[in-house]
Amino acid sequence: MTESVTRGPIKGAVENLTNNVINAEGLTKVFGEFRAVDAISFSVGAGEVFGFLGANGAGKTTAIKMLTGLLAPSSGNASVAGFDVYTGAEDIKRNIGYMSQRFSLYDDLTPLENIRFFGGIYGLRRKEIKEKGRALIDTLGLASVADVRLKALPLGWKQKLAFSVAVMHEPRIVFLDEPTGGVDPLTRRRFWEMIYESAERGLTVFVTTHYMDEAEYCDRVSIMVDGRIAALDTPLELQRQFGVGSMEELFIRLARAGKGGRHEE
Amino acid sequence: MKNRKGTASSFRGFVKKEFLHIFRDRRSAAILFGMPIIQLLLFGYAIRNEINEVKIAVSDLSHDSLTRAIKSKLLSSGTFVLAGEPESPAAIAPLFAEGEIDEAIIFEPGFGVRLERDRRAEIQVITDGSDPNVSRIITGYTTAAVLDYLRQSSFPPEGKRGVVAEPLMMFNPSLKSVYLFVPGLMAMILMLVSALMTSISITREKESGTMEVLLVSSLKPVQIILGKVVPYFILSFVNVVSIVAIASVVFGVPCRGSYLLLLMESLLFIMTALSLGIFISTMTNSQQVAMMISLGGLLLPTILLSGFIFPVESMPLPLQVISNIIPARWYLEIVRAIMLKGAGISILWQETLVLVVMTGVLVAASVRKFKERLQ
Amino acid sequence: MKAIGYLLQKEFLQIFRNRGMLPIIFLMPFIQLVILSNAATFDVKNVAFHLQDLDRTSLSRAFREQFTGSGWFLLTGESFAEGEAINQLVAGKADLVLVIPRDFEKELMSGAESRVQLVINAEDGFSAGVIQAYSNEIVQAFNRTLPAVLPGMQSGPAVREIVVKSSAWYNPELRYSDYMVPGILVILVTMVGLFLSGMNIVREKEIGTIDQINVTPLKRYQFITGKLLPFWIIGLGELTLGLLIARIGFDVPMLGSYPLIYLVAALYMLVVLGMGLLISTLTDSQQQAMFIAWFFMVIFTLMSGLFTSIESMPHWAQNMTMANPVRHFVDIMRRVMLKGAGIRDIALPLSILTADAALMLALALNRYRKVSN
Repeated sequence: MTESVTRGPIKGAVENLTNNVINAEGLTKVFGEFRAVDAISFSVGAGEVFGFLGANGAGKTTAIKMLTGLLAPSSGNASVAGFDVYTGAEDIKRNIGYMSQRFSLYDDLTPLENIRFFGGIYGLRRKEIKEKGRALIDTLGLASVADVRLKALPLGWKQKLAFSVAVMHEPRIVFLDEPTGGVDPLTRRRFWEMIYESAERGLTVFVTTHYMDEAEYCDRVSIMVDGRIAALDTPLELQRQFGVGSMEELFIRLARAGKGGRHEE
Repeated sequence: MKNRKGTASSFRGFVKKEFLHIFRDRRSAAILFGMPIIQLLLFGYAIRNEINEVKIAVSDLSHDSLTRAIKSKLLSSGTFVLAGEPESPAAIAPLFAEGEIDEAIIFEPGFGVRLERDRRAEIQVITDGSDPNVSRIITGYTTAAVLDYLRQSSFPPEGKRGVVAEPLMMFNPSLKSVYLFVPGLMAMILMLVSALMTSISITREKESGTMEVLLVSSLKPVQIILGKVVPYFILSFVNVVSIVAIASVVFGVPCRGSYLLLLMESLLFIMTALSLGIFISTMTNSQQVAMMISLGGLLLPTILLSGFIFPVESMPLPLQVISNIIPARWYLEIVRAIMLKGAGISILWQETLVLVVMTGVLVAASVRKFKERLQ
Repeated sequence: MKAIGYLLQKEFLQIFRNRGMLPIIFLMPFIQLVILSNAATFDVKNVAFHLQDLDRTSLSRAFREQFTGSGWFLLTGESFAEGEAINQLVAGKADLVLVIPRDFEKELMSGAESRVQLVINAEDGFSAGVIQAYSNEIVQAFNRTLPAVLPGMQSGPAVREIVVKSSAWYNPELRYSDYMVPGILVILVTMVGLFLSGMNIVREKEIGTIDQINVTPLKRYQFITGKLLPFWIIGLGELTLGLLIARIGFDVPMLGSYPLIYLVAALYMLVVLGMGLLISTLTDSQQQAMFIAWFFMVIFTLMSGLFTSIESMPHWAQNMTMANPVRHFVDIMRRVMLKGAGIRDIALPLSILTADAALMLALALNRYRKVSN
């Protein structure tokens, strides 16, 4: 069903550890009594599209927040883009892009103004912002609405814009926290085409989702259950290992085994 | 109307949800109950306009027994505190500039001699003047003290003929300003809490999109609004009771009229304030705007135009006219009349009617706006 | 530095795009300034008075005319029944009931004294005092005319008289607007600054954009500067407009220097904005932020000495007001504008404001972390 956008794993991405851009070792976050993220370990290679799956409340967003420097881990180690999450949070921020689960551009600004603002605070030069802004508007086909405030645009357009803005400063890694919530399948598919184009150019994509068809677009996926990583491999390998016919089946099996439905915030 | 019962129970559920909203957020709940009480206690003690400890400089150019006597008479009252005795009037200006004194008194040279010989002598009283109210009051105090001295020191006593005015201070013989301000604080606190709470609570629902969910439910628009208002109505009532209790227990403000009437009128005023809050929320979809209108637009007018601190009669005519649309003004008159004068409804029906009409108009306007929005 | 520029640009775009807020930021304060500055007066005039003339002679009529002709009192009714005096006061139809006794003329003719009764509504103690003072003055004036009116009255030695000449140093005409306008201006600037800055960051938290900013390399000081500067500029802009209105509309004198006012205002806005920011970082919703901002605003306003004098407060309350930045700015505005105070005269309040600003900004900066939750 998704032949046109599926893609084989990047050669050597998994094996070559020196080429990893994300390394996590026993990364843990405890809120009071509650272990939101419980000693997770994994690595992500450069240029990989890494799927981070889990039911609501499994700890995905907390993990992302620790990796992006938004939340200090309780214990464990992690490095992102070669910087330690404890000591190098600000250096990490220079090398990553982030698109949060809640749509996070400014509704009362136009696409161009949002581009200018985020380009500006990432330290892009004025000329760069201008050129990239124009290019972005053209590729996204937003020319006709470049001066319309975001709140008037359909969600799918806004999400594509948010992604483009998140990678505008050419980060090494982009974290996408449920980027395609609430849009139709066609729009989601287009969104994934954008992700692939970026990955082809060497960008590492760390994406959470709970659409299982999207999981199959990833080079590798990890499935989180109750704060732990229950499975991690390529989608095909995982289905083989667990003897299931689809990612959906696998996901349901793993999620049922856990306590399920915990609350993160 | 076949599922009236169903609607009624979903209405109850809705009211319950509103209560939960209020109490789940501990901080907001603490503010809702604690703030009115803290404010009443704090302001009840601090907001006064009696003047005590007027710092005076006395420049006595006469140095006779009479000036000394008047001086000690002034200082003995306890109101005045001697803060300097400049030898020449020229030394007074720096004292004012540095804020050392509030008032300067100058006895003219030969004061005592002149009073006996010419039957007339002069005292010059200089006040800071930058606060005209305080200046007026302390000038009045000084004049009264001086004239009082003159009357007592005359022998044989003068004035045993002619008209003598006997003042009779009604309702507040000790002229305490707390009697005046506590009812004002009640009006201000109730107005702001009630109007602010409802306007924010409704616009918040609009902002988060849950208003639409409510509108498509089996609840009628009127029920939604009522459901929003009922919890705050009850909260405000609790506030009224605690405020009245503090006013009488802590500040000793008497309630000469009927407590029942006071409570009923307070409930009426709360309704007015709540409907004002509803009205504000129909004008905007944003919490920010609702808050700014409720606070920015109500805080100062309620303090300044209601007669809380400054008497309405003292205002220029246009402002007296404007003050008529301030609900707190009417409530204030009612509360003061009930508490201090013991007035009953037969006297207060006009003010009461004004509040009723205001509430009605606000509710009608809100319902209209609400319906417009739905179409 | 450049990043701050982009942040500023964005903030201003958002402020000016918010149609609902614009009139509230730029119009409401000035309408209030113009209207409310006139309301704050204790002037007692046109006191409604009710007359009970039980004597009804030509002399009592002359006495009554002293009252009606004084310009201070306004006759609203007459009656003769005893209990009516109280009723008039309770019903709020009069603030003074003047009762002239039955044998008023006879007593005076005989050279004795006659006691008239002034029943005064003392709910407002201050006004009651003024009403009494007015009445005394009228009575004394009437007594001076007595020898001429009553030829039969024997004249004694001239009454001794002390003339109290009063003058008010800085505001000879005792104009209330001179005193109130600078103070109300402070309140309005504070209100706009505190509410806008208090809601700003918490709003980004509510809509989720704060995380998007927190994952950028933007520095803390850059973010805070970019957030506060727009409101700092707006605050000073409002002050400028307000000062213009004070000068042109109300003719408030300006004896001190404008640069000094701006210096203090620049510092003062930092206190207000720092406080707003602190509230913003401590709360999770705009609603909470508003409650807290409102709570402090009411306390700051009523405890600032703007409406009631600080000297009238009990000592503990006076000490409390020392921590109130509004009190100090109101004080400085009045002293600079009305008394021409220089920087040395306001050294104490100015240094308190400086300390407040440092404290608030340090706290806010410390509380704002580029992390979520």
